[in-house]
Amino acid sequence: MVKSFINRSYLFLIFFFLYAPIFVLIVFSFNDSKSRGHWTGFTLKWYAELLKDQQILTSLYYTLLVAVISSFFATVLGTVAAIGIHNMKRIPKTIAVNITYLPVLNPDIVAGISLMLLFIFIRLPLGFISLLLAHITFSLPYVILSVLPKLKQLNNLLYDAALDLGADPVYAYRRVILPEILPGVITGFLLAFTLSIDDFVISFFTTGSGVSNLAITIYAMARRGINPKINALLTLMFVSVLLLLVIVNNRMSRDNDRKENFR
Amino acid sequence: MKRNWITYPYLMWMAIFTIIPLFLVLVYSILPVEGRGGGFTFEHFKRVFEPIYIIVFLRSVKLALISTAACLILGYPAAMILAGKHLSKRSILVVLFIIPMWMNFLARTYAWMTLLERNGLINNALEKLGLPVASILYTENAVILGMIYNFLPFMVLPIYSVLSKTDRSVIEAAEDLGATPFIIFRRITLPLSLPGVISGITMVFMPAVTTFVISRLLGGGQYTLIGNLIEQQFLTTRDWGFGSALSTVLMIFILLSMGIMSRYEKENEGGGLW
Repeated sequence: MVKSFINRSYLFLIFFFLYAPIFVLIVFSFNDSKSRGHWTGFTLKWYAELLKDQQILTSLYYTLLVAVISSFFATVLGTVAAIGIHNMKRIPKTIAVNITYLPVLNPDIVAGISLMLLFIFIRLPLGFISLLLAHITFSLPYVILSVLPKLKQLNNLLYDAALDLGADPVYAYRRVILPEILPGVITGFLLAFTLSIDDFVISFFTTGSGVSNLAITIYAMARRGINPKINALLTLMFVSVLLLLVIVNNRMSRDNDRKENFR
Repeated sequence: MKRNWITYPYLMWMAIFTIIPLFLVLVYSILPVEGRGGGFTFEHFKRVFEPIYIIVFLRSVKLALISTAACLILGYPAAMILAGKHLSKRSILVVLFIIPMWMNFLARTYAWMTLLERNGLINNALEKLGLPVASILYTENAVILGMIYNFLPFMVLPIYSVLSKTDRSVIEAAEDLGATPFIIFRRITLPLSLPGVISGITMVFMPAVTTFVISRLLGGGQYTLIGNLIEQQFLTTRDWGFGSALSTVLMIFILLSMGIMSRYEKENEGGGLW
């Protein structure tokens, strides 16, 4: 009993350490005065100011635009690549999978500066296009890594059966294989979307003047000191990422349930 | 099903946007400074090993090691409790460790800025209690605290995932044979959990040693780490050659430590996150 009490208190302390700063951050986004040390009353004025801040609205626009386009593109390219990788022979497959892991393991800062050097080398002005290309690059592996397991579960005979029944390969992929791996594809899309919204380091190096995403704007503001507007913005971002994750998580657990029903 | 060509667009993409850029970093690191003859040079690499930069490198490693050790000390018991069999609602508690990981790390770092400020919440509380006000923000300790806070879940989760797969009957057998809890921990639980510990260490140490945001926001620019140095070379001083040389050294350092870690992990039968 004593041991269980100690265990619970320890976990409670760890969770307190993890959540108290987030909680304070959120609470002070509703604080009336600009001071961070005192609670002076409830207000929504920081949220209202957010909506008036042109710089923040522009970066929100770019964040969403880049996230939508890059995750869509990464999903299409990644799904096709995953099907190809799945059908490869052993040695090329190992090489392809390892190349896929490379950006996952490479430090963000090195990925960021190496892409920046590439864009400057090929004379692509740093801005929206370079940001988009960078985001597609870092989300691609995550799409592939969430589609590949689905392909592994797939019954290979399904495709052959479709061909025997007279479907051409493209039709067979579209109507037979794609619906089967769709859960993995959508999970990959949502993952790519979340990663894109959340990215700071790679975006920081690959974007140019005039184009910045929310994370870069927040960093620029935070470097100048503390501002309750940042609290409000971070609160909104936290809530939206959390919602997205609940959706992803529900999808994943639903998939797992379905898998178990089949067995 | 031989349709290998459909991977070509992807492989091309990775070649252009991952492999060539890394290659470019290598090229820039040995390219001579403009107007000083052709060929290649090791000038930039020589500079990396000048004392002032060695100090920066050692400081990054030191801060990363301290925060990794702290994460291990704080995280291991938490993972053990989480994996323990008497816990109800375990899955919810695991999710509670995952949620902070998905909060933007700028947000997590910024949160500590507001807490540690001179007239922030912590100092206000100290003042009310009549205690001396501490100035923690913009010190080395603030940077370490920020690293621990940001990366603690990355230590807890891999250890937990290995521990929760541990065969309970091994522990029960040891109990039946009269082992004390301490011996069970030292001889069974700890060795079996090593793969998780190793991936935890990797997942905390790597981002901690390369960060430039935590040190900039919580160290106030006074505690230059290797990440800050690289950032400065590319965005402020525009010395790409030196920046590339620093990045190359950092990359080799990371790959070497990852290689050593993964060899060790293989000896202990895998597990962990990758």
